[in-house]
Amino acid sequence: MIARLFNALGGTFLAFFQYLGEVVLLAADTFRSIFTHRLRWKLFLNQIVEIGLLSQLVVVITGGFTGAVFAAQTFFQFNKIGMGSATGAVVSVAICRELGPVLTALMVAGRVGAAMSAEIGTMKVTEQIDALRALAVYPTDYLVVPRALAMMVSMPLLVAECIAVGIAAGYFIAIFMLEINGTYYMANMVRWTRNRDIIMGLSKAFCFGILIVFISCQKGLSAREGAVGVGRATTEAVVNSSLAVLICNFFLTMLLNIIYPAGYQ
Amino acid sequence: MLKVRDLMKTIDRQEILRGVDLDVAHGETLAIIGRSGGGKSVLLKHLVGLMQPDAGEIWIEDQNIIGLNERQLGAIRQKIGILFQGAALFDSMTVAENIAFPLREAGERNPKVLREKVREMLDVVELEGQEEKMPESLSGGMKKRVGLARSIIRRPKCVLYDEPTSGLDPVVADSINRLIRRLQKRLGMTSIVVTHDMKSAFDVANYIAYLHEGRIYFYGAPIQLQQTSDPILQDFLLGRSAEERGNKVES
Repeated sequence: MIARLFNALGGTFLAFFQYLGEVVLLAADTFRSIFTHRLRWKLFLNQIVEIGLLSQLVVVITGGFTGAVFAAQTFFQFNKIGMGSATGAVVSVAICRELGPVLTALMVAGRVGAAMSAEIGTMKVTEQIDALRALAVYPTDYLVVPRALAMMVSMPLLVAECIAVGIAAGYFIAIFMLEINGTYYMANMVRWTRNRDIIMGLSKAFCFGILIVFISCQKGLSAREGAVGVGRATTEAVVNSSLAVLICNFFLTMLLNIIYPAGYQ
Repeated sequence: MLKVRDLMKTIDRQEILRGVDLDVAHGETLAIIGRSGGGKSVLLKHLVGLMQPDAGEIWIEDQNIIGLNERQLGAIRQKIGILFQGAALFDSMTVAENIAFPLREAGERNPKVLREKVREMLDVVELEGQEEKMPESLSGGMKKRVGLARSIIRRPKCVLYDEPTSGLDPVVADSINRLIRRLQKRLGMTSIVVTHDMKSAFDVANYIAYLHEGRIYFYGAPIQLQQTSDPILQDFLLGRSAEERGNKVES
């Protein structure tokens, strides 16, 4: 009984580390390929459109409504102690450092990560990846490199957009619905929001992009058992990417706070 | 051209290949036959390095491909074309883009040259005028022809066919067999055809190898196979199950 329990726990533990190892090996292989082999520009630009351009609506809506609701909630609490005009500072810093990068990453994991995993997984189970290999094309060069580079370029831009829309939405709600004095709101926001807050948000965006692309591509490349396997790979890609974003966000926050400390100094 | 020595492969604790030995000479067409699930496709995938064996050697033109990494295998794979069982066409590309893919990846960018080569290949596989179609709008036989055109556009020395006639009606299957023969004559390619369609094997092959329980049980000319009295081969040729043979003995 105890032996079986240890066996099961050990098996799960080993499987987890094997999975982590596969993701890391894929990442290493991709970075090696980026620096040593030619880039397929057409595929790269296609992925920029897929990841960056087609995510616009999702990111704008996420940023806009998050900024608006966060401004409202902050005002409801701060107004009780007569600090309503500090709402802008809280909204701005929170969106730059946490909400912008994390929510954008979660939306991109759902939209783009799922698509990547499903597309590569379908290619795997229909022998298209074997066909690539048989035609002397290395799958990492053809499938993963353009996606990884496009993600590294697109994610910081999407997060910057989400931050800008979130702050703007918060401002409009504060000024036109909550009737906060616009001058004080803006002055507090500019005073408390520093370049380092924006740099922190964009650094997180870059890291989250890397996490999403490698987790999703690895899941696609290891898909098995036909349609069921592709479905499972897609689900796992979204769940694992989202969990990885949330977990890594904590560690990135602690690490980046040493480099870019929060608050007015 | 191609030598296989003592090839072994176990998948999910099941021994699929138990020591396969095989020789294929330049310009020869070898049909590998055997029962479904007997390891024919697994053997074929080993020949182009898509699977790695547990033991054994595969020599392609005096180079052992076992142990080579994916990038090193790239050079070997340029000498070998493979037609997959389901054709494995890239479903996001048109017929012309699928066929031109190997040339484009090899660095050919001139649209005129690519168009010309695609037209030539479509002529070889008798699919003229189908350039702009998407794979989803093609029939099974057409897909296999496009897959074949894609695999031979770089003029490989050897072409591997994985069940080229499976899932096709007898007329289309016959046209695929003719195409294989024509390619061998016209381009002098070595061909290895994995099939369990005996008509196809007798139609196209100079030699036939029967894969049984993970080993090559019979190797010889089609006429030798037709004249054999070996009960295992007889059962396969006549499509006779063990149960049917038992009933006949009883009666």
